[in-house]
Amino acid sequence: MDRRNFMKAVGLMGLATMPGKKTKAGQSVSDKEFNAILIDTTLCEGCEACLDACSESNKLPEAVTDPVAGIENKTSPNQLAVVNMYNVEDLEVTVKKQCMHCNQPACASACLTNAMFKTEEGPVIWRADKCMGCRFCMLSCPYDIPKFEYEKVNPDIKKCNMCYDRIKDGDIPACAEACPAEAIVYGTRKDMLEEARRRIYQNPDDYVHHIFGEDEVGGASVLYLSAVPFEKLGFKTKLGNEAMPKLTTDFLYSVPVIETLLPPFLLAISFAAKKSKEAGEGK
Amino acid sequence: MEKNKKNKPNFSSEFKNFFKFLLSEMKPKGKLLTPFNIIAAFVIALGGVLIFFRFYNGLASVTNLSQEFPWGIWVGFDVITGVAFAGGAYVVTFLVYILRMEKYHAIVRVTVLNGLLAYMFYAGALLLDLGKPWNIINPVIGNSFGMNSVMFLVAWHFLLYMTAEFLEFSPAIAEWLGWKKVRKVLHGMTLATVIVGITLSILHQAGLGGLFLMAKSKIHPLWYSEFIPILFFVSSIFAGLSMVILEGSITHKVFFRKLTPELKRTHHDILLGLSKICGGTMFVYLFLKALTFLHEQHWHYIFSPMGNWFLVEIVFFVVLPMIMFTQAARYRNVKLVKASSILTLLGIALNRLNISIIAFKWDAVERYVPTWMEIEITMAIILVEIVVLGWIINRMPVLGESPMWVKEQEKAAENLAH
Ligand code: SF4
Ligand code: SF4
Repeated sequence: MDRRNFMKAVGLMGLATMPGKKTKAGQSVSDKEFNAILIDTTLCEGCEACLDACSESNKLPEAVTDPVAGIENKTSPNQLAVVNMYNVEDLEVTVKKQCMHCNQPACASACLTNAMFKTEEGPVIWRADKCMGCRFCMLSCPYDIPKFEYEKVNPDIKKCNMCYDRIKDGDIPACAEACPAEAIVYGTRKDMLEEARRRIYQNPDDYVHHIFGEDEVGGASVLYLSAVPFEKLGFKTKLGNEAMPKLTTDFLYSVPVIETLLPPFLLAISFAAKKSKEAGEGK
Repeated sequence: MEKNKKNKPNFSSEFKNFFKFLLSEMKPKGKLLTPFNIIAAFVIALGGVLIFFRFYNGLASVTNLSQEFPWGIWVGFDVITGVAFAGGAYVVTFLVYILRMEKYHAIVRVTVLNGLLAYMFYAGALLLDLGKPWNIINPVIGNSFGMNSVMFLVAWHFLLYMTAEFLEFSPAIAEWLGWKKVRKVLHGMTLATVIVGITLSILHQAGLGGLFLMAKSKIHPLWYSEFIPILFFVSSIFAGLSMVILEGSITHKVFFRKLTPELKRTHHDILLGLSKICGGTMFVYLFLKALTFLHEQHWHYIFSPMGNWFLVEIVFFVVLPMIMFTQAARYRNVKLVKASSILTLLGIALNRLNISIIAFKWDAVERYVPTWMEIEITMAIILVEIVVLGWIINRMPVLGESPMWVKEQEKAAENLAH
């Protein structure tokens, strides 16, 4: 009986952890009132005024990267945004990249201390007094955005926080304020989506008919417009539209179920086994 | 080795005596300057220096971690592989206290002790890896709960499980100290702690796999699956038991004089029994693997380098040891059991490292390769664990007989029950 029972138990536990039900966790924050940034790559001139404003506003050293075609600049602990250049057909396209401020951020759902946190206003911020530096946010972010100060004794996670402090004071993010070409605009997410659609609608030949960030991994508070397909601009277009935290909800929801069902089950087996053993001994 | 149970103080006797006893127990027993001890001392000392550097100069000074690879071997090997290896404790307690397979009773204590120490040291290694280890207090005391986080779940289950394991082992400590009443209470809690411990184990073993669920776009599709938690759980069964087999064979040699006559007699039987269970669970694991493979239609990946690598893992480190285990059990070949346990452990390490490091961003140009210092510190941690294990086995009734009064106590309890 021992072996069979054992297998049965394994099988049952397996069933219990099996993803099955569809849940809606991670949707606690609705996206209606979020603010968002709209970046129109057709207007961007690659001047990097946004990066200078970013460095200044975040008290970081001056940005060191230049937009050069063929080089994919990445953000770093000292540089929270980059401008990259892509040669597509005979167009030279420059794109500013930084944290997407996802509606249902992988980083925040990964964080066991809530140090990564989706604010009501839309920005996803990081809080030093809570973070324990496990870097699970880095592992989970589909865009590889959070960066870590490996050199420091008291290292921080560094990423764009959409100038959360400025927003709280009623200002707009530094990059949006600095952009001379008005390629970066800031407002409520609803307005930004409407504005993006209006631009596509009014100049259908100038844009691909897609707003990157509208639906990607559950939508984001940074939206992009482009004249060329997004994958040609180094965007990760294969991530799908399902929010990242959904990947873990089946597992997380099975936990309380197992925690309540398994102990009594084990207890029952234990008593049954004891009984059958005693019966065996009594003979 | 002397049986120093003579002048054990009573629970009610004075504190002073107690401390004297503790002090005398602190002293090493047996020869100090063995080759093993000398090498271990060197590795541990060097590890200590490097750990100092790590905290004094930051992670970059000793590790090769990067923005692309936030987790290296301290997580991928020490924690994720180490915890799978430590799964033996919950499986063996399941066999003994739930299925009541008395055969394995003799190895419960040493297995639980091994598990407890493994958790303390390998999961403890996580502290080295944390950027701000002092903030670990946040998710513990509850001023900041990330309830939606798999990491939160794993961390809490670690902590609770370590407590449960400590309670499971604590009767041995009480016996060592001669605390009769305490032992009785602790012993009475065994079944409860075992059940809690098994539940917690299953969940955090699975949870370690769950950590990688959101890394979907970064892990090679042959290794990523939404079933990672289940695969981690099932593989922790044979990983843990393989460790029990390996450690059992080693302690059997090293501490032969300490063993109870019973353990000496049943040692082979135990190994063969475990071998059978390993073979069986490996079959389940293989079946699940095949299921996900077919379900996700991964045939076209097989002919790439990563695909070949995947086949190496499956064929040489799962299928092969599975066959070896079943054959060993059938023909009662203990040598073969040991060989297959080693192969299985290598396979588990390979699987965990594949998911966390090798097949993680498999197409990235820059790779993560650990520094010698990361490996050195890992070895130092393992050695400290072994030293502590030896210290405890030499003093507490782990492999050897419990003191006489324990038997009386148990007999009395049994009489009461009838
Ligand atoms: S892009 Fe990454 S870091 Fe930014 S909110 Fe989304 S998951 Fe978090
Ligand atoms: S590194 Fe900090 S912010 Fe990132 S998941 Fe860990 S605790 Fe949260």
